[in-house]
Amino acid sequence: MSKLPPQTITIDGQEIPFEDGQTIMDAALAADVYIPHLCHRPGLSPHGSCKLCTVEVNGRSASACTLPAASGQEISNNTPALKEERKTITQMLFVEGNHFCPACEKTGDCTLQAVAYHLDMLDGHFPQFYPRRELDASHESIVLDRDRCILCALCVRASQEVDGKNVFAISGRGIDAKLIVNSESGKLGDTDLSTEDLAAHICPVGAILIKEHGYEVPIGLRTFDLHSIAEPGLEPVILRKGKNRDE
Amino acid sequence: MSKKIRIATTSLAGCFGCHMSFLDIDERIVELLEHVEFDRSPITDIKHCTDCDIGLVEGGLCNAENVHVLKEFRENCKILIAVGACAINGGVPAMRNHFTLKECLEEAYIHGVGVENPMIPNDVELPLLLSKVHPIHEVVHVDYYLPGCPPPADAFMKVLTDLLEGKEPSLPKEILHYD
Amino acid sequence: MKGSSGTAHTQEFPNSHSGSNHLLHRLYLLQQQFYHIPAKEIPALANELDLPVSQVESAVDFYTFFHRTPRGRYDILFSNCTSCGDLSMMDVLCKHLNVIPGKTRDDGCVSIASTSCIGMCDQGPALLVNGRIITRLTARRLEQIAAHVDEEIPVLEWPVEWFEVHDQVRKNGLLLSAPFEVGSALRAAIQQGQESVLESITASGLRGRGGAGFSTGMKWKFCRAATGENHYVICNADEGEPGTFKDRILLTSHAHEVFEGMTLCGYVIGAKKGYLYLRGEYRYLLPELEAVLARRTQEGLLGQAILGQADFDFEIEIVMGAGAYICGEESALIESLEQKRGVPRVRPPFPVTSGYLGQPTVVNNVETLVAASYIAVHGSDWFLTHGSNQSAGSKILSVSGDCTTPGIYEYPFGVSIQRILDDCGATNVQAIQVGGPSGTLIAPAEFERKLGFEDLATGGSFMIFAQDRDLLAVIQNFAHFFAHESCGFCTPCRVGTTLLKNGLDKIAIGHGTAYDVDELKRMATLVKKRSHCGLGQTSPNPILDVLERFSHVIEQRLKHTEFEPHFDLDASLEEARQISHRDDAEAHLS
Repeated sequence: MSKLPPQTITIDGQEIPFEDGQTIMDAALAADVYIPHLCHRPGLSPHGSCKLCTVEVNGRSASACTLPAASGQEISNNTPALKEERKTITQMLFVEGNHFCPACEKTGDCTLQAVAYHLDMLDGHFPQFYPRRELDASHESIVLDRDRCILCALCVRASQEVDGKNVFAISGRGIDAKLIVNSESGKLGDTDLSTEDLAAHICPVGAILIKEHGYEVPIGLRTFDLHSIAEPGLEPVILRKGKNRDE
Repeated sequence: MSKKIRIATTSLAGCFGCHMSFLDIDERIVELLEHVEFDRSPITDIKHCTDCDIGLVEGGLCNAENVHVLKEFRENCKILIAVGACAINGGVPAMRNHFTLKECLEEAYIHGVGVENPMIPNDVELPLLLSKVHPIHEVVHVDYYLPGCPPPADAFMKVLTDLLEGKEPSLPKEILHYD
Repeated sequence: MKGSSGTAHTQEFPNSHSGSNHLLHRLYLLQQQFYHIPAKEIPALANELDLPVSQVESAVDFYTFFHRTPRGRYDILFSNCTSCGDLSMMDVLCKHLNVIPGKTRDDGCVSIASTSCIGMCDQGPALLVNGRIITRLTARRLEQIAAHVDEEIPVLEWPVEWFEVHDQVRKNGLLLSAPFEVGSALRAAIQQGQESVLESITASGLRGRGGAGFSTGMKWKFCRAATGENHYVICNADEGEPGTFKDRILLTSHAHEVFEGMTLCGYVIGAKKGYLYLRGEYRYLLPELEAVLARRTQEGLLGQAILGQADFDFEIEIVMGAGAYICGEESALIESLEQKRGVPRVRPPFPVTSGYLGQPTVVNNVETLVAASYIAVHGSDWFLTHGSNQSAGSKILSVSGDCTTPGIYEYPFGVSIQRILDDCGATNVQAIQVGGPSGTLIAPAEFERKLGFEDLATGGSFMIFAQDRDLLAVIQNFAHFFAHESCGFCTPCRVGTTLLKNGLDKIAIGHGTAYDVDELKRMATLVKKRSHCGLGQTSPNPILDVLERFSHVIEQRLKHTEFEPHFDLDASLEEARQISHRDDAEAHLS
């Protein structure tokens, strides 16, 4: 008896196999097809907030990270039009927060920055918001710099789903939404977050950083000096560099 | 001999790092000067723009004088390029945007450590500060952006060479950096 | 308890909703007691409710009616709706009482601010004072209110006439003119059996009346078939779309039909519990709604063994919202019901398979459930006598704005827009917003179009704008509304609604250029296409509609220069001028 052919979806004309339960993003990453993303990380439940992974599925807009793959889906991903829209979404993130790369410890290892480079973003385009956001250095080993937070909630999910804790949460509404911590004082130092936690290393930007580690890797040897964000298999590299050790 | 391309440059609320990086083109400036002439610029010390082809503006807008200079550049330069982080997104000077102007001036001139004769400087010759520091594209139309802090010398060369050859400027990934 | 007005605000609504431990209710009580949510009360509350501190904190910051700093003992909120709002009146009252809008007066007595549409669009201008609604404001009424605040008379002792909210039913239709005998729908259902009722609802063609228009029969069928330990019925009474007040009438005068529809749904899908999620602005309805629930329980129409049927248990709990338009979105509503921020969920899965507490849940609009009650009694054929091909039955409209006779009008689907205008006394019409700010803005050339899911759909909101209205100011109002109400989850809506608001403001104050219009259009298109939920996806509609159908409204406001700065250059020197006491030529920018 012949084996059943694998189910497939089509991404930019290329047939990609998928298994039941996989999202479009899961199937794409498994096939080394890069769909830009910020709030997605394999191993954590998909979120769907950044909207960088926006694709066209049979002519309709969808988020690749949350939409289940299904037979018959014809997906546009790497098109000039989608690149422009993703660039705009990235610019919106840049103007919303205070993303000053030259003074940020994450520069060169930052996923937001790397996605922006990938999309050929040269400027923020829109008027800057310059929000006043709170820095929390109360923890003895970890800094929370909300200027750079993109509300991806990776830290929220990592803490809940992997660390067995519940350190982070998103609070507020609309443009005033912000990251908070689960302690009576509201301070990170009063939570049970530890440097052993995935949540302490998962931040794709420079919002959660380990103290006393910064600028350890020379320019030219940082993650995204050596790799493009679109390269397959980069996730472990990103996470390793997230621990801020030169390897 | 065909007419040389006229380039004007200025640093508004900038640290001049972008100008220094530009000069890192080192001996390539000799070849460049076969094709371009510098108009108003710290390099030439010409005080006001005449008709220019390209304007390179470093630094954002922090005071009234910056605005006047930027407008002069926009009026006189066919192509205006925002050079460096400060011109593009406000940069370091824009970090004061989280505080009121009063708070900043008082911190610097009244309460600051080591201040003697505390007094906020005030003279008709001093340009007044804007409430907030702004990137230049919020006041004039900008044609191109050259990111970096500073943009590497190669990035300057690439963009100027493209423009001199009548091409749309583009930055290869190796020299596209925001830091 | 503070304040010489003596009364704790819990007495504004005596005896209502006691015993509920829902987070939103407990926060409401704290807000009433302390005029804000004191930081030190939060850990204790979290502990008592067995919730993470961060969950309580995030709810406080999400819902409009909870505050971190004290509001006044008189907490006054003026509607800013284009129909039931008048912010010039807010300014007048602020002057009377020496209050800066948005800032509590130093003596803690009074605070005055604005809030989104409170559903009084046919009897505005209106305001909320300590959660109670005063309608039909006039200059004289404002003086009287100011006097009562000055004399610190408790709100409960203010003249009752001020708080009257009238059902202004101008035109009965299929539902509103049909008589209803309490219990008749349930009796009919029990007689027919679950399958038969479901078939009837499906055959009737009833579609959701909240705006989305999903087939009610299909929704109940999917939910009934879904596996789960418990099934739930939720009545969406969050009626937050500006210009909508038709559910208010149904909740006021047809509460039995609403509850009976919920119970009917419970019967069909096998649910034992139903929730009425009622918008916070309608809190004044709560005592009477609870009284109706009590009566129904007494009469064996709720509780255990309904109408003597052994397996038919159903109880209804009312949960009050706390000021968040997004909670009208069904999955955000469920999140709110689960004591969290109202952030719309990723779909699939849909509530019918995984809803409240992950269980199969039907979320239906108030009007949908009322219609279901009538269909159970009168049959699907009766319902099909009205309506059009794809839109069976009738639609209850809330008509407001520039017309002689705002109020409730019920029409069969398929009615023309012009007919509605004729009936409500609207002449010299410039534009109509059908379906609220998230709907469609139409011009006179389209007044022969028909109401219905095939053509112009609406959840009920029908706002009329006469020729003399500043249409740009209207869509500016809408843009501010969406930016204020965005939940903040996804980038396109969170940042985009603010960019759209700012971009439209720039044009409205006369500093827009053709470039700014292009930018607006580009952002509107992106927000519409890429947002996570219906709020983001419809928020750019007014802007896109104006650009398509009323472009002159924008064009006549444009400056014909190539570029206008994104901020007022001269105003940005004002702070420095004040500090330096300079006013010479160099101290200004043009």
